[in-house]
Amino acid sequence: MDDSNQKELIIEAGRTEGQYWRDLYRYRELFYFLSWRDILVRYKQTVIGIAWAVIRPFLTMVVFTIVFGKLAKLPSGGAPYPILVFSAVLPWQFFANALSETSNSLIGNANLISKIYFPRLIIPASSVITSFVEFLISGIILVALIIWYQFVPGWRVVTLPFFVAIAFAASIGCGLWLAALNVKYRDFRYIIPFIVQFGLFISPVGFSSSIVPAKWRLLYSLNPMVGVIDGFRWAIIGGGTSIYWPGFFLSLLLVVILFITGIWYFRKTEKTFADVI
Amino acid sequence: MSETVIRVENLGKKYLIRHQQRERYTALRDVLANKFKSFGKRLISLQPHSSNLQPSREEFWALKDVSFEVKQGDHVGIIGRNGAGKTTLLKLLSRITEPIAGRIVIKGRVASLLEVGTGFHPELTGRENIFLNGAILGMSKAEIHRKFDEIVDFAETSRFLDTPVKRYSSGMYVRLAFAVAAHLEPEILLVDEVLAVGDVAFQKKCLGKMEKIGKEGRTVLFVSHNMGAIQSLCKRCLLIQKGNLVQDDSTQAVVEAYLDDSKASSVLSRCQQENGNPTIVSGTLEQKRGEVIFKLSIVSHEAKNVSIDLRLGDKLGNPVGFGSLGALDPAHMIRLSPGATIVSFSMATSNLASGVYLVSLDVTFPDVEFYDRLDRCFSFELIRAPSKGARRVVSQNWGYGAVEIPLTLIHTDQMNWI
Repeated sequence: MDDSNQKELIIEAGRTEGQYWRDLYRYRELFYFLSWRDILVRYKQTVIGIAWAVIRPFLTMVVFTIVFGKLAKLPSGGAPYPILVFSAVLPWQFFANALSETSNSLIGNANLISKIYFPRLIIPASSVITSFVEFLISGIILVALIIWYQFVPGWRVVTLPFFVAIAFAASIGCGLWLAALNVKYRDFRYIIPFIVQFGLFISPVGFSSSIVPAKWRLLYSLNPMVGVIDGFRWAIIGGGTSIYWPGFFLSLLLVVILFITGIWYFRKTEKTFADVI
Repeated sequence: MSETVIRVENLGKKYLIRHQQRERYTALRDVLANKFKSFGKRLISLQPHSSNLQPSREEFWALKDVSFEVKQGDHVGIIGRNGAGKTTLLKLLSRITEPIAGRIVIKGRVASLLEVGTGFHPELTGRENIFLNGAILGMSKAEIHRKFDEIVDFAETSRFLDTPVKRYSSGMYVRLAFAVAAHLEPEILLVDEVLAVGDVAFQKKCLGKMEKIGKEGRTVLFVSHNMGAIQSLCKRCLLIQKGNLVQDDSTQAVVEAYLDDSKASSVLSRCQQENGNPTIVSGTLEQKRGEVIFKLSIVSHEAKNVSIDLRLGDKLGNPVGFGSLGALDPAHMIRLSPGATIVSFSMATSNLASGVYLVSLDVTFPDVEFYDRLDRCFSFELIRAPSKGARRVVSQNWGYGAVEIPLTLIHTDQMNWI
């Protein structure tokens, strides 16, 4: 917080300060504090506290295993069905939580935005970080499942951080778009629950994407979460699951585009946030 | 001796205001609907450029062509009426919004205090909020750790550190919030009207803290309606009116100019009553130093003696007092002749607290009949300089009412303990 003491700061109409990224670094502790606040606040006055972060994905997993694995008897590709489901529930819940949290984050912090300056990017980013912490906590279930079923993941599990990074980028990319749009058009407040609800069924959460007919798979991969979920399964379950590479790269490309345009659009509109929020 | 730390050149900020009061935000459906409408219109009329001007919108310059410089260590007061653009100026300086025109060059770390307690979360405890609020205001974690005890001492809330602030009394809340803000150590501090909080003792403490900050050689820009505070903190002052910087001079000169200007009178005009009773058809209110001048035009069909009663209310409409020409002493009744009579009279304001007042006027025949009643027909904002030697002016915001009661010391007697 001391390096910019004697730097001249110039504020002008339409000027995108080169300072922005330096400011972002200067305010790095705010990422931590805002995420910390969100996590603290979320579980204040709850009896079982952060256990909620574990219970919700666990119940989702149980229901999906029963419906898709036991009742519909969909193929699992060799792995125990709960592991198949949970390796998808994990990234999906992360994405879904991050999306709904980020898109409302700016409006929820309207008083901050209209009264204090700091790089606005911090607000949606720390919402994603909050969701990421929950993601890590619910990861415990996956470990428990692996031990319970005495299922040994292959070497591919070391590539998991790469897929986590893609999930992160997808969440931030979509989140920034929706957050910025939501400031101006509150319609998005109503659209997001729909995206999350539909997304659960059009993404391969309860089933393996291998049951999608081959000719539709490329089209199916237009959903960026398809690539992420397939990647997670490929890394965790290994062996029997094969990844549909053209689809995966299409998903990856989309995530990169979303991420870059998300930041671009957010930066473009953030200067007017204080005026329109 | 010192260098320029803030240079503002031709600064301007424009807002679009919508006259039709709809929701505060744009809804996508409106944007889409308008796009379709204009597209449809273009198809029908085949005009290549049908004007996109919406009559319901109007440009509003919140600030226009403002230029000034501030040297390091200066304390500059900014005064002006509500809505003159003071807060907009601070928002531009602190980068909360972007200017439309002009430029600002700033050297040094800026902290702005537009409101105390921004970012306080009601669910978090006092301790947690100190850290959160500190970080939001731009302090580092180490800095907050270092000043933690000092902050708690200043706020006088050490017993409630681990209580969620939603259970705090509003006074405690504000004290804690201000304590965090007061321990910021920026090179440039921008302060909006934040001292109008807490009880009087705490206000005094805050003013003391501000003075101390000033003595440490930091640059302070200070917006306030409290002329006493401005005069004790700042040597130089900017006067902003309707978005323009109209005066930049010594505090004494600017405050005087401002007070003289406060005459911005409110005007009244109405039709005559149908029942033919005497009616106040027009009137003006003009604020002068120490008094308010009313000028009324009363129309009557016949010659009549009436009394003119004035009911004064504070900004909430609570009664403050009553004054009359004629109701108390019939000798002072006003003689109306057929046609219009102009009546002008003054009301002394030297005992009133600063703040907004609502004026109601009645034309009556005392104890017998009301001819005309005008409820809250005028309002004015009383702004006073402290009287000689005084540092502050009683304000309605204190919550002690709207009248300053003069106290006169008779004598003091020292009884020394042996």
